Amino acid sequence: MINFGALGEMLPSILDGFWLTLRLLAYSAVIATVLGTLLATMRVSPIAVLRGFGTSYVNIFRNTPLVVLFIIIVTGGPQVVGRTEFTTLATVALSLYTAAFVCEGLRSGVNTVPTGQAEAARSIGMGFTQTLTIVVLPQAFRAVIPPLASVYIALAKNTSVAAAFGVAELTYRMRSLNEQFPQEAVTRFSGIVLFYVIIVAVISGIAQILERRLAVSR
Amino acid sequence: MRYAKTKALLAGALLVSLAACGGGGGGSTVKVDVNKDAKFPSGSTMAKLQDAGKIKIGVKIDQPGIGFKDAGSDVPEGFDIEMGRIVAAGMGLSDDQIEWVTTISDNREPFLQKGTVDIVIASYSITDERRQIVGQAGPYYVTGQQLLVAADDDSIKGPDDLDGKKVCSVTGSTSIETVEKEYGANPAGFDSYSECVTQLQNGNVDAVTTDGAILLGYAAQDPDNLKVVGDPFSEERYGVGYKKGDTEFCQYITDTIQKAMDDGKWADAFKATLGKSGVDTPEPPKMDPCE
Repeated sequence: MINFGALGEMLPSILDGFWLTLRLLAYSAVIATVLGTLLATMRVSPIAVLRGFGTSYVNIFRNTPLVVLFIIIVTGGPQVVGRTEFTTLATVALSLYTAAFVCEGLRSGVNTVPTGQAEAARSIGMGFTQTLTIVVLPQAFRAVIPPLASVYIALAKNTSVAAAFGVAELTYRMRSLNEQFPQEAVTRFSGIVLFYVIIVAVISGIAQILERRLAVSR
Repeated sequence: MRYAKTKALLAGALLVSLAACGGGGGGSTVKVDVNKDAKFPSGSTMAKLQDAGKIKIGVKIDQPGIGFKDAGSDVPEGFDIEMGRIVAAGMGLSDDQIEWVTTISDNREPFLQKGTVDIVIASYSITDERRQIVGQAGPYYVTGQQLLVAADDDSIKGPDDLDGKKVCSVTGSTSIETVEKEYGANPAGFDSYSECVTQLQNGNVDAVTTDGAILLGYAAQDPDNLKVVGDPFSEERYGVGYKKGDTEFCQYITDTIQKAMDDGKWADAFKATLGKSGVDTPEPPKMDPCE
């Protein structure tokens, strides 16, 4: 079924796409993590305005279909800020979307840390920021590794939406190779899937290692 | 009382949609002779379609002049649509017995292989690769790849100026492959040509590329901001896609279109659709024999 000769011919094109997919994934993952952590902090903070902002953000971006978000940003973005690279626009869309999920993942982690921990930190004179960064978040991160890994795996697959929005990433390559190799559909799909599987395997692997390293008995 | 508002809204929506239908209905078309007396050998695809009283034709709906459906209109219009009507009429099938199925560049082969559609008339260029997996009768029209750019852009005059430029076309189309591989353009793929045209109007891509016929349609819609430049740099021969191996059906399609070319229906169809952008009606192309 799989024609390895054809696969070899497709490889340069597939690798081009793979590289772009990796870049989309890396940039979006970093931005989404930073933004998501900020949002999670807002949602557990004692200040009502910040909590409100965090909650609204999550409600808006988690409930907007990714494709709709892409259409708004890729079509509307250039009208507001002028000419922009499609990779940048796609990164913005993916980051804004994924940040909502990172935020909720982290918040669930924060909720797993017993209240006593925060109370103890406060009682020895730590402020909100210290309590969060020194006591609560490190424990929370430990609890959120499995759900966060799922969020990043979802992000890796979501990068494929960019194929229809001007970015020549892996899925774009799969579709464009149809032109040269229309009779090699199975080979083409397998080649592309292989690379997505590699990405997902790496993310799961990292998650497992982290889980083992950070595991503590409570 | 509780639902009064909802009812009012519904009534309003209904009025709007009715109005839209009224506006869109005035579209095509060329008069075709529905050949009710056509006889075909039993077991042939033509006989089956005739018995079923229905044909499913895959067409595009986002290419002005070729295959295009207005928002609010039920029936697509364009040169491809006219060809479809001619092919159906030869089997005695009238307009209301045609089911128009929306296809995009990506799903034309699977639709033919699975039988989702009986034929594809969707600006479907004949290529050797495609002919290995589907049948393609024709060509019924020959065009070539050109470039659509902003009206005030003088930096792009032809494909040789595309090196490093951002060029938009439909993901998976021949055109976008050609400008990337042969002219070093930076490909930007979208799902439809209309999205590409929006990106060009936004100034976010430098050019849109595909067959000249399609681009002329867009340029005609917004002549102040868009223009088609350069000579065609490829030859695209539009064919009618059918299930591979059905030579009898291919012969029927070729003969029917040949007849339309000879009796002037082909030229009428062109004038009513692509010809509206001001181009002269070309000589009908010579069609390939069926294998």
